[in-house]
Amino acid sequence: MGRIFSAAAWFLVAPLAEAGNQINMSPGVTEMGGNIFELHMLIMWICVGIGVLVFGAMFYSIFAHRKSKGHQASQFHESTQVEVAWTVIPFLILIAMAFPATSTLLDVYDNDESELDILITGHQWKWKYEYLDDSGETVVFFSNLATPQEEIYNTQGKGENYLLEVDEPLVIPTHTKVRFLITANDVIHSWWVPEIAVKRDAIPGFINEAWTRVPEEGIYRGQCTELCGAYHGFMPIEVHAVSRDEFDSWIAAKRGIAAAQTELAMQTLSVDELMDEGKRVYDSACLVCHGAGGEGGVGNAIAGSPVVLGDIAAHMALVADGVSGTAMQAFGDQLTAVDMAAVLTYQRNAFGNNTGDVVQPGDVAGTKNG
Amino acid sequence: MGDHHHGPATGVTRWLFTTNHKDIGTMYLWFSFAMFLLGGFFAMVIRAELFQPGMQLVEPGFFNQMTTLHGLIMVFGAIMPSFVGLANWLIPMMIGAPDMALPRMNNWSFWILPPAFLMLASTLFMEGGAPAFGWTFYAPLSTTYAAPSVTFFIFAIHILGVSSIMGSINIIATVMNMRAPGMTYMKMPMFVWTWLITAFLLVAVMPVLAGAVTMMLMDIHFGTSFFSAAGGGDPVLFQHIFWFFGHPEVYIIILPAFGVVSQIIPAFSRKPLFGYASMVYATASIAFLSFIVWAHHMYTVGMPLAGELFFMYATMLIAVPTGVKVFNWITTMWRGSLTFETPMLFCIGFLVLFTLGGFTGLMLSIAPADFQYHDTYFVVAHFHYVMVAGAVFSMTAAIYYWLPKWCGRMYSESMGKTHFWISFIGFNITFFPQHFVGLAGMPRRIPDYALQFADFNMMSSIGAFIYGASQLLFLYNVVATIVAGKPVSEEKVWDGAEGLEWTVATPAPYHTFEEPPAVPKPVGTF
Repeated sequence: MGRIFSAAAWFLVAPLAEAGNQINMSPGVTEMGGNIFELHMLIMWICVGIGVLVFGAMFYSIFAHRKSKGHQASQFHESTQVEVAWTVIPFLILIAMAFPATSTLLDVYDNDESELDILITGHQWKWKYEYLDDSGETVVFFSNLATPQEEIYNTQGKGENYLLEVDEPLVIPTHTKVRFLITANDVIHSWWVPEIAVKRDAIPGFINEAWTRVPEEGIYRGQCTELCGAYHGFMPIEVHAVSRDEFDSWIAAKRGIAAAQTELAMQTLSVDELMDEGKRVYDSACLVCHGAGGEGGVGNAIAGSPVVLGDIAAHMALVADGVSGTAMQAFGDQLTAVDMAAVLTYQRNAFGNNTGDVVQPGDVAGTKNG
Repeated sequence: MGDHHHGPATGVTRWLFTTNHKDIGTMYLWFSFAMFLLGGFFAMVIRAELFQPGMQLVEPGFFNQMTTLHGLIMVFGAIMPSFVGLANWLIPMMIGAPDMALPRMNNWSFWILPPAFLMLASTLFMEGGAPAFGWTFYAPLSTTYAAPSVTFFIFAIHILGVSSIMGSINIIATVMNMRAPGMTYMKMPMFVWTWLITAFLLVAVMPVLAGAVTMMLMDIHFGTSFFSAAGGGDPVLFQHIFWFFGHPEVYIIILPAFGVVSQIIPAFSRKPLFGYASMVYATASIAFLSFIVWAHHMYTVGMPLAGELFFMYATMLIAVPTGVKVFNWITTMWRGSLTFETPMLFCIGFLVLFTLGGFTGLMLSIAPADFQYHDTYFVVAHFHYVMVAGAVFSMTAAIYYWLPKWCGRMYSESMGKTHFWISFIGFNITFFPQHFVGLAGMPRRIPDYALQFADFNMMSSIGAFIYGASQLLFLYNVVATIVAGKPVSEEKVWDGAEGLEWTVATPAPYHTFEEPPAVPKPVGTF
């Protein structure tokens, strides 16, 4: 009976598998991913082999040694030789498994001689990437879920990369040993991209290492794999592997933008500039909880909020430090001075909050230093 | 000191004040079944939300409360107390003792459980909601970032720990001191052996869990930093402490299940258990190994290479004694005279599915491969194969097997078999596809998922509803048996059953073995 049902189960699964549902681990694109895949298949086939023998014996017994066929029970009940055999043989099989497992593990732990170091910091619920490199401005940015709330709450059709798309992907060069230094800002997260065979926990206060060398250009997607709070399922990872040339020009452009930001922070901006920039920051950082019209949602309403209409310093402190015990995060180290000034200005003047207050980047820096 | 031959008291005081091992066993079993239904209801909420991509029924935060409470209630409320209930009913009857060694403590260890779970369940109605950090409650998500209800959770865990430790001490004291003359250790039924070893595991690790939650309490309320790097602590320390408890814990759950299977398979094979002594040694080896493998739950936390290798090799070793047990069971069936009543069906289901769970366990032990499996649905599939098809199936087999002895009435065999087949099919439809989505990259504990996982998740949810519904049939069958089942009066309800519990009258009288029985012949000889 059991066999019939497992066959039936397979017929249920087979059409789904053919319909494009992946049923096995992906070897991915890296050499290490391939090695892990082969190890996985090796162990699995050994298990299948043992399973066939064990279940074969069991089902034969169920078939042949049944009382309804008049089978009389023998009364044998021990055999030291048999016990020794089925202790020793599995032990030898395990030793055989241990060799490839050990060599692959040694490879996973070989973090030396990297050509590019990237610091990855897990935040509730986004990833921060920082390219560690002494030449010029530091490139650092946050990578947020790009899937709109309308898709998540089913008021709009879901896109192809639903929940696996970000606003700003991690970009790495191909054929380069990239070392990831992984940590977290609040709770434990875990950075996983199956196709490049990297998974490592991001632990606040500690730095873990992992590495990859991607041979093919492409987009590789992953997710946080350690429960990190309410929106654990909504902090994906998107890695763009590009050629060395393309990477060099990308990072140069990013450095240019970073330099311009530093420059901008020294200046006094016009209200229009602040409002435009503020809307951009609001939409990416605040909108999910506070609503597109400032009407509130998970967070309080911005429109008519006593905090927003009140003292500027208190407003800024709340945005910078968050509110512990709630979903309101500390944005102080997530936003640049320009972003902070712009979003405060925007909140104080949009949604009918017409306070007329203008916050300049210099005010933010002043507050931080004060 | 009244008459020793009185029956049970009447009314509610019988249950409140009872020191009778059978009454207490019955209460444990009903309580754990109630928890099984509650935890199962939470699982239905989870599967309903995961039926389709997108958020439909609950919010992500509430989803996490459901996964957390499902795990906690199933592990601590359903599976563990159910086996304690079984131990209460059976151990005295199997070793020829009149009762447990410490009957008043026995009453207390049961009666502190319902308030503890009431408190845990009440967190659902508290501000900030119930615990939402997973049944493994990793710090700092469970400390600095937890809802205020975490304090009630900690108190509940403490009470459960006290209950478990008292229950274990009682079992150890009973087995060591109350065996009938002639019942030497190596004559004890396997169920008693597995429980004795389990009780030692519990006494060893429940205090460790108590330590972990106490450190959490200190971090939350008294300004310490055990698990906070900012204060000189280490979040990974929490995981080491938790899994030093947690890995023995999974054997605490599965060893009594092994014991049940070792009682039932010989009965329906009409043949003694093959390799009794090696079964005892294998159980002891598994118990020993359970203390030195905990960090295989933590391959991705960034342990040093030497640690990673040690835990990988030690974990792989567990396959040896576990394999010995499976081989022994199959050899017990070999050339027996097999019949397939409901308890036997559940045991065969156990054997097949637990072995599959063992295979995926071996795969997970391989550290480099675990970098791809860790915290995916592959792990979810693995542990449901060993927890549900392992522990719950064997518990179900035990209920069907001993119920006629307990209540003197026979259950409906056709309903029992129907229950088995619906459970078996529902279980596999639920959990087999989870291997696929896990390997394809779906992380666990997410309320919503990418579109490529949609088909298998829908299948999984349908299976879960089938499996869930089949448990209502089980409940009906048990109640119908107790109320109006066909009376049985033979002492040996099953012709192949062996052991002292089958020498007392059916239904088992309120007091058994007030005079120690003569222990007939060693287990394993006919």
